[in-house]
Amino acid sequence: MKIVIIGNGMVGYKFCEKLLKKAKQDQFELTVFGEEPRPAYDRVHLTDYFSGKSAADLYLAPSDWYRENNIQLHLADPIKSIDRKNQIVYSHKGIKSSYDYLVIATGSSPFIPDIPGIEKKGVFMYRTIEDLELMKDFAKKAKNGAVIGGGLLGLEAAKAMIDLGIAHTQVIEFAPRLMPRQIDDVGSKILQSKLETIGLKIQTNKNTQEIIGDDCIQGLIFSDNSQIDVDMLVISAGIKPRDELAKQAGLEIGLRGGIVVNKNLQTSDARIFAIGECALYNNMIYGLVAPGYEMADVVVSYLTNGNKIFNGYDMSTKLKLIGIDVASFGDPFIQSTDCCSLVYEDTLKGIYKKINITADGKYLLGGILIGEAETYNMLLQTTKNKLVLPKNPEDILLGTGRSEPGAGPGVSGLPDEALICSCESVTKKDICHSVIQGCETIDAIKQCTKAGTGCGGCIPMVKDLMLHEMKTQGKYIRNVICEHFNYSRQELYDLIKLKNLKSFDEVLDVLGKGDGCELCKPPVASILASLWNEMILKKGNDTAQDSNDRYLANIQKGGTYSVVPRIPGGEITPDKLIVIGEIAKKYNLYTKITGGQRIDMFGAHLNDLPEIWKELIEAGFESGHAYGKALRTVKSCVGSTWCRFGLHDSVSFAIEIEERYRGLRSPHKLKGGVSGCIRECAEAQSKDFGIIATEKGWNLFICGNGGSKPQHALLLATDIDNETCIKYLDRFLMFYIKTADPLTRTATWLNKMEGGIDYLRNVIINDSLGINQQLEQEMSELIKSYKCEWKEVVESPELRKRFSHFVNAPSEKDPTVLFENLREQKKAANWKY
Amino acid sequence: MNLTTSEISYPQTEMEDNTVLWLPACHKNDVPLNGGVCVKYENEQIALFHFSRRGEWYATQNLCPHKHQMALSRGIIGTQNDEPKVACPFHKKTFSLIDGRCMNQDEDCNIRTFPVKLENDFVYIGFINNHKGNIM
Repeated sequence: MKIVIIGNGMVGYKFCEKLLKKAKQDQFELTVFGEEPRPAYDRVHLTDYFSGKSAADLYLAPSDWYRENNIQLHLADPIKSIDRKNQIVYSHKGIKSSYDYLVIATGSSPFIPDIPGIEKKGVFMYRTIEDLELMKDFAKKAKNGAVIGGGLLGLEAAKAMIDLGIAHTQVIEFAPRLMPRQIDDVGSKILQSKLETIGLKIQTNKNTQEIIGDDCIQGLIFSDNSQIDVDMLVISAGIKPRDELAKQAGLEIGLRGGIVVNKNLQTSDARIFAIGECALYNNMIYGLVAPGYEMADVVVSYLTNGNKIFNGYDMSTKLKLIGIDVASFGDPFIQSTDCCSLVYEDTLKGIYKKINITADGKYLLGGILIGEAETYNMLLQTTKNKLVLPKNPEDILLGTGRSEPGAGPGVSGLPDEALICSCESVTKKDICHSVIQGCETIDAIKQCTKAGTGCGGCIPMVKDLMLHEMKTQGKYIRNVICEHFNYSRQELYDLIKLKNLKSFDEVLDVLGKGDGCELCKPPVASILASLWNEMILKKGNDTAQDSNDRYLANIQKGGTYSVVPRIPGGEITPDKLIVIGEIAKKYNLYTKITGGQRIDMFGAHLNDLPEIWKELIEAGFESGHAYGKALRTVKSCVGSTWCRFGLHDSVSFAIEIEERYRGLRSPHKLKGGVSGCIRECAEAQSKDFGIIATEKGWNLFICGNGGSKPQHALLLATDIDNETCIKYLDRFLMFYIKTADPLTRTATWLNKMEGGIDYLRNVIINDSLGINQQLEQEMSELIKSYKCEWKEVVESPELRKRFSHFVNAPSEKDPTVLFENLREQKKAANWKY
Repeated sequence: MNLTTSEISYPQTEMEDNTVLWLPACHKNDVPLNGGVCVKYENEQIALFHFSRRGEWYATQNLCPHKHQMALSRGIIGTQNDEPKVACPFHKKTFSLIDGRCMNQDEDCNIRTFPVKLENDFVYIGFINNHKGNIM
């Protein structure tokens, strides 16, 4: 079958490529006639030609490609006429070529407005590489540039002029706003002010009356009699379909131009197709590359006995205009009573976002994004696939904020048919399938599916899908605890709760295999403690505890332990200070103030621990849990009770919070801080939770830490009262305990969380998961069941028995323990190795 | 009532069994299930483990050779590919309870192991070659 293609632009090329892919070899004989001297190139990225790319860089395929695929390519040889009766075309150079089917892909030419003086030197079109080369030479002498047309291509042309070094460039638009087909007035104003900051002058509502100058252009005169100096002008006033040939051949042409086509892209002659910007479907010319590709696909389908038809095309678009994101999708201008718009406008940063949603708030209909368009792909998919919007549609308008790269929460919700790459018609299913087949890089997916090879706008989403699919395939190493449990900590937490398991052995019997190890025992013991808050040394769980938890003290160099009683908020009476001093003297302990405003006593023999604690408890102290992955301290500044700057009583609040969460076992240690004013003396922003007084209440910060990778806490809520603050803390801590991996501090936990702080805020404040009541309930159970562990040990001879060094000489201390003197105290002897 | 080991009367002389000298260590209930205790033998310290999940007893030196800490008896016991091991509480070096091999690919860092036997609920640790001292 002989097929002749008239036109070697992007769409004509794509037709050949798609046909070759679908058809068997030798089934078709392809002949291509192109008017331009070059093989098809990427017109969409034409501006790149100015930023250093060569013409060859822009070619869609090397010239060998045509030869290799047996395509007869005639360049610089436009078709002169079509003999429909005999099915023959005649070229300018005299080549005669017969066809079974003819595909017209002649594209469009710039619309040239009928302005007197348009023939003068220095007036250019912006369409072909030749146009650009002419501009390049001329621009060297030009000082005042102008572009007629403030549409997409006009703004591109203006950027090209800036790139060419023309100092003053302005854009003249006839309509009251820029990009009138894509964005609204408010959007246009924002875009305009952004463009003006980079030196581009914009004039809207300007009707050019005349181009003045002798031989060369010197200026423009407008209908309002104003005038500007211009020595180089680019016309970008829209496109005109190249339909002359079709017209001459007697094919049906639209009133305002364009070759009329049906759903199969057939013209009034069933053997002749028209695709791309020369085709008029349903009274519409599609001036973008993606619908052109779609048309090519439909014709290929027809020729290979497929049943694909053309149903119009979504004209959503996203582009970067001189570094500014501009996107428009679905119906950006909708005006109807059964829908409404949400608008976000930030004139300072130059961000404008508008989404149109159905009146019931369920579906997205379209919208405009200017200045920030990261959410474009997701919004487009949400519109196209009629996905139900979240409860608060403003969340999708504002985006998910500081989210980690990776699978956004959105991609998994898309249906398989969702068109991800509209240029190449690649669906979610295609991309996921290619990942399963082993494409695990964007480049591999590009090669395999062609997704992202057109405008490239879908690449972020392709990446999300790739990561998502790899995760689903288990390609990321699952965070299982060890060889004995094939579960993550979060899964274990839920399962242990569900099955009501109370000891490590039970958990291992029901959920694991083998005999456990030092990797799974402490996290399981921690989960049991977080869930049931039972004495951690009972039910055989003592030997599952990490060493520090097993002896309720911190093992130190040399094998002795340190003792830290709780000093809530760092507040302590002189009497209690004296008790600590006396005990330290009696048991010969080294004392030091800790970073968390408490007193640490070092160098205690295992055997002495119960007696030391007996005395501490009698004096009113309780365990400080310095040994546990648990709440440590809530540090405070002195606050309004003494400080002349203090706004609220930070010490009282710190004590209240520390006592509320004392003993709370968690995936890692937890630290808090409360500051009485903005001076932040408690350094609360470096804690897992930090509370800072404001005039109106407290600001609550979460997920900070010091340590080897310091990270500031992030603001969760502002100006809240004590009750709200505690409510949020309950939810935050419980959510962390339930979902974090073992030994993961809150900061790392948040860093790994998809959607970041905005997601977490949504959970804690807006109850987006609907679990807050449960979280509060679980926390209240834990708080109710708190007991001082050391008090239980001191009172239980059975538990005390474990606090001896020698099983066969319980009263003897470890004779190998050695101390040295230092500044009137003792210190552990150095490592011997 | 819980008996502490000091309340148990020890046999007066160490029992001999072929060339193994059996030290009576403690009553089996003195050792926590799936955990360890430290046994004093003259000037030496032995870590004794009751791996009750497996119904097994092990004894090793108490000294962790990594930083020379008397700590192995306080370590967590477990398995790796079904081989019983103990992890030092200081830096989580792990040692096979079968042959004392350091399981963290550290050749120079092995520990000694000792046989253990139970008689009438009493635990005995064996020293080979009737050699009382210098067991390290």
